[in-house]
Amino acid sequence: MKEIRIHGRGGQGSVTAAELLAVAAFADGKFSQAFPAFGVERRGAPVQAFTRINDDPIRLRAQVYEPDYVIVQDPTLLEVVSVESGAKDDGVILINSDFEPEHFDLNTNAKIMTVNATKIALDIIGRPIVNTVLLGAFAGASGLIDPESIKDAVKERFPGKVGEKNAEAIQKAYDMMTEA
Amino acid sequence: MKRNFEDDKEKMVVVEGSYAVADAVKVCRPNVISAYPITPQTHIVEDLSQFIADGEIPNCEYLNVESEFSAISALVGSSAAGARSYSATTSQGLELMHEVLFNVAGMRLPVVMTVVNRAVSAPINIWNDQQDSISQRDTGWIQLHAEDTQEAADMTAQAFKIAEDPDVMLPVLACMDGFILSHVYEPVILLDEDLVAEYLPPFEPKFKLDPKNPKTFGAFADPHSYTEFRYLQQQAMNKALKTIEDAADEFYDLFGRHYGGLIDTYQTEDADIILMAMGSIVGTIKDVVDKLRAQGVKVGLLKVRSFRPFPAEAIKNAIKGAKVVVALDKNISLGLNEGALFTETKGSLYNTNVNIPIIGFMIGHGGRDIPMSTMEAIVDEAKKVIDSGITVESQFTDLKEELL
Repeated sequence: MKEIRIHGRGGQGSVTAAELLAVAAFADGKFSQAFPAFGVERRGAPVQAFTRINDDPIRLRAQVYEPDYVIVQDPTLLEVVSVESGAKDDGVILINSDFEPEHFDLNTNAKIMTVNATKIALDIIGRPIVNTVLLGAFAGASGLIDPESIKDAVKERFPGKVGEKNAEAIQKAYDMMTEA
Repeated sequence: MKRNFEDDKEKMVVVEGSYAVADAVKVCRPNVISAYPITPQTHIVEDLSQFIADGEIPNCEYLNVESEFSAISALVGSSAAGARSYSATTSQGLELMHEVLFNVAGMRLPVVMTVVNRAVSAPINIWNDQQDSISQRDTGWIQLHAEDTQEAADMTAQAFKIAEDPDVMLPVLACMDGFILSHVYEPVILLDEDLVAEYLPPFEPKFKLDPKNPKTFGAFADPHSYTEFRYLQQQAMNKALKTIEDAADEFYDLFGRHYGGLIDTYQTEDADIILMAMGSIVGTIKDVVDKLRAQGVKVGLLKVRSFRPFPAEAIKNAIKGAKVVVALDKNISLGLNEGALFTETKGSLYNTNVNIPIIGFMIGHGGRDIPMSTMEAIVDEAKKVIDSGITVESQFTDLKEELL
């Protein structure tokens, strides 16, 4: 079973990202589960959401304590939240940032990766909404999921031009991670 | 649990738990839905409202009411008039309904209500435990608990079937853990409308309010006859024990999914330690059982699906071979320091030939997460009981001493 923890701020679509990842993983033939760390969701407050992906049906209902992958939507969260907490030694922490991974001094053996998702989102979508972009980067970094499945899930949730633009941004982020 | 996940996979979609339940309500063809939104029930009544607006539930009135007291009161009238009636609520909303819940049950109205289980105030807390529905124990409602979103959806159809059975005619609380099940996205099979129509016949009560044939429901019973009304309610609960099993079996025949009737068991046959629980914690316990079994620990799970009627006989038969039983409760009776499952299991065994030590843990209150490690620590406590007897009969789990 692979466990993913998404860190963001209220309003950044962390919960939506977790859900879309679950939809995409199921489309890939896996079983999946997505849920938020049920806070009283307020815009700007730190938020966590979780996705589990597994070959077999998922029964576990606990929160994710030892993630295989961590996705950080907002690097300013690193000042207030221990995003690396429990990350597996062979795991990956994917941070939305224009810095190189070496910039981040985290207490972890997990591999740190960065992607400038904000720039991709602004360039292609025209708004600094990075949740779907980071899913594209995640697909590239993890190899766990087909980027087409993510694009399909996003286009189904956001039909029309918004979905198309997001799909383009997802592909761009995927390409950047796989070419890196 | 009996189902074939590989066959089911083709029919599954990934949706929110609340949507799966709302969709199940839709295909059960209710005639009246009353709604007063409250977290974490809100998505269910929102989704139903959308179905109504889209014309997807024919012959149905959707009532926006001004409180939960009104939500359930409206259904007294609608159900007595012969309308299949549904609502959903949680926590303080359910507590506000308390008075009317007795009326619904006493008038033998087969209302179905989803409870999205949540802690009660004060202090205010919107997260999951089961204090809200457990506190309605003696209102005369059947109370069922689901372990995942598929069961919550399937249970909705079963609830109408059980409630409307002419031998039963009792209301049902179909419970699902707030957020943990209501807000999770996971693959489920949405109920097929034609199959549900085959499973659930139209609601045709023997008695109903009709201006052409006037009668009164629940009006007055003096000391001459009140006792007999209560007795008959209890008789109906006794009959429901079989009806609940039958409803699950018949559902399995048509849909191929069985989540247990009154109870379900997992790895209990040769178990020394049996963990008892209700609701979504059951899933986590199954993973813990598999993990500990791989280490040679003979542990099993008894899922209690029906809290009312209380399946004393089924529980006794399931646990009689164990060396220790652990009851896990997302509720507490303050002043007794015990959860309901613990108290009632203990009580139901006292005058039987089954004499097994039982210990209780209050767990997961107000949304406190339940990691596998917590369950493993509880199993360690159970092992000590086998070796050296009970030292603490019932206790809180994962107390933070630094906050006391």
